[in-house]
Amino acid sequence: MRAGDVVTSAFRNAFRSRLRTSLTVLAIFIGAFTLSLTNGLGTGINRYIDDTVASVGVDDVMTVTKADEDAPADGGPAEYDPDQIAVEGPPGATATALTDDDIDTIAGIDGVLSVEPVKNVTTDYVQHDGGDKLQLSISQFVPGMKAELASGTQVDLDAADPQVVLPESYLDPLGLGRAADAVGQTVVLAVTDGTGSQVTTEADVVGIAEPGVISMAGAVPNDTLAKTLHDLQATGAPEAETTRYAQASVWFEPAAGDEATQALQDRLADAGYTASTLEDQLGTITSVIDAIVLVLNGFAVIALVAAAIGIVNTLFMAVQERTREVGLMKAMGLSSPRVFALFSIEAVVIGLVGSALGVLAAIGVGQLVGGVAGDLLANLPGLTLIAFDPVTVAAVVLGVMAIAFLAGTLPALRAARQDPISSLRYE
Amino acid sequence: MAPPLISVHDLRKTYGSGPGAFEALKGLDLDIAQGESLAIVGRSGSGKSTLMHLLALLDRPTSGTIALDGTDTSRLSAKQLDRTRNGAFGFVFQQFFLNAQASVLDNVTLPLKIAGVPRRERTARGLAALAQLELDDKAGNRANDLSGGQKQRVVIARALINRPRVIFADEPTGNLDTATGAVVEDILFDLNRRQGINLVVVTHDEELAARCDRSLYIRDGRIARAEVAA
Ligand SMILES: Nc1ncnc2c1ncn2[C@@H]1O[C@H](COP(=O)(O)OP(=O)(O)O)[C@@H](O)[C@H]1O
Ligand SMILES: [Mg+2]
Repeated sequence: MRAGDVVTSAFRNAFRSRLRTSLTVLAIFIGAFTLSLTNGLGTGINRYIDDTVASVGVDDVMTVTKADEDAPADGGPAEYDPDQIAVEGPPGATATALTDDDIDTIAGIDGVLSVEPVKNVTTDYVQHDGGDKLQLSISQFVPGMKAELASGTQVDLDAADPQVVLPESYLDPLGLGRAADAVGQTVVLAVTDGTGSQVTTEADVVGIAEPGVISMAGAVPNDTLAKTLHDLQATGAPEAETTRYAQASVWFEPAAGDEATQALQDRLADAGYTASTLEDQLGTITSVIDAIVLVLNGFAVIALVAAAIGIVNTLFMAVQERTREVGLMKAMGLSSPRVFALFSIEAVVIGLVGSALGVLAAIGVGQLVGGVAGDLLANLPGLTLIAFDPVTVAAVVLGVMAIAFLAGTLPALRAARQDPISSLRYE
Repeated sequence: MAPPLISVHDLRKTYGSGPGAFEALKGLDLDIAQGESLAIVGRSGSGKSTLMHLLALLDRPTSGTIALDGTDTSRLSAKQLDRTRNGAFGFVFQQFFLNAQASVLDNVTLPLKIAGVPRRERTARGLAALAQLELDDKAGNRANDLSGGQKQRVVIARALINRPRVIFADEPTGNLDTATGAVVEDILFDLNRRQGINLVVVTHDEELAARCDRSLYIRDGRIARAEVAA
């Protein structure tokens, strides 16, 4: 029998018992649908994070903190360190501060192009034109990071004038009007200095950031503004206080490749610092999402295994029903390997139909959910909650076909081993 | 005289082993000449079907030899056996073994499909075989929708389609009424006379046996007697 005839016969045979096959296809469909949906969720969220990293556009800066050697490995209480300072994170989280000495040490490490301490600034409020005073956080900013803009431009890092990019949500409360109108206006920022008195400075609004991961962290200042605020804040504070930094930004050469970057991170680690690129930081989120998707996929795979048992069952029934037919074909010279192929391809056909329908349905549902989620998650524009990557989709279909083939081997073997005479015997 | 098509020597077949073993054939010698029609006659359980299955290379003997065209068939591989059955033999059974859901044409061309003949040629040869049996108007019908006699003619068309040298028929008229049975017999003997196709017919119908060139009476796994038609 020709290979083409084997395949067409298998296709036709698969749907000879329409109801039985449809039910098996349905079981496969459910498994493939779930698997595609969970994969799609992972793909959608991870792709959004990747896009964010890409749109941020900082791939040559890593954030360096001092490794906390004091933390006991067993998680018990750590010894007091006069150098430790509070950091962002859960209440009570601390990190060992970087001093100017540390900055010099880091600058001397091979592969570090330049290093800049991140000056921690806490503003009291922001105000426009004598209006309401609003709280505003200054983003723990990686220099060069680009926010998604609704209007205006990014801050000019080298500009001599203080500049700021404000989140879109400040437009109305500050009385700035529409995004386009806000650009070019001036706002007042207030900080408390080392002596406890409140001082203010002005900054030009050069851009309005769209809602997104970056702007959730707060306003984006340029260097001049950051330095001005930091200096105001440091006035009157003891020197030891002002030369301690929670973290520093290190510039490196990303073109040297991931290995060189890793080597640099290792050298920094040897010197007692923890360095992470933006990719590393978002990568943590990605790996958490991957882990969740993996668990969900596990459930989908269990559904598929159950469906595979359905295939075994269906095919055993088919072999049983077609005992005479198989016996006749073998009597007429059909070889055992061909008989095996006929039944195992029939199983693959069931897998193919079920998984193709499942994947298509998942893509359809993904589109629907995408529309609904787009409204619910309006402050994460660009997020496609369920996205489909052609490679994963193909992998699901091919994987299900492989499972179906395996499920088909047992019945197909039984058919192939069948003895034509006893199948044709009648009395 | 031409060498025999099939030559059988001391053929034995034992089913099972140990105390439960049953010796169905107990040493048969037999030559079948080219173009001969042979009837295998005997009571139920005498070993007729067993003999036919061995001759048709559907089963292997416990001992003894079967030579086809002078070649010892015990030396043939599974693949060569498949090819011989597909190319040289046609089968007609008491039951029709038609695929009820498939078309008459698809049923008839099944041996060609197994042989790997392309579809277009299959259709052409299938229609020709059906025409020969006056069934060409039924080519598109489902096999299930035919009468018993029509079904047996479809089965004969299927046995003919690969232009076999031997047609093996196990009780070919057993399921048919006398009139249709006679028509089917006529067709088979016509093929034997006009196309020189060997017939090996298993039957317990004495009249059918009498129409064959030779009748072999089997009793308890042995040849009881042979009758040559006048
Ligand atoms: N596969 C088998 N296993 C055991 N005994 C068998 C088998 N096939 C046939 N027999 C026995 O061999 C004898 C001959 O069978 P068979 O050739 O079918 O007889 P018949 O002359 O009716 O066609 C019978 O007694 C039958 O029970
Ligand atoms: Mg019999």
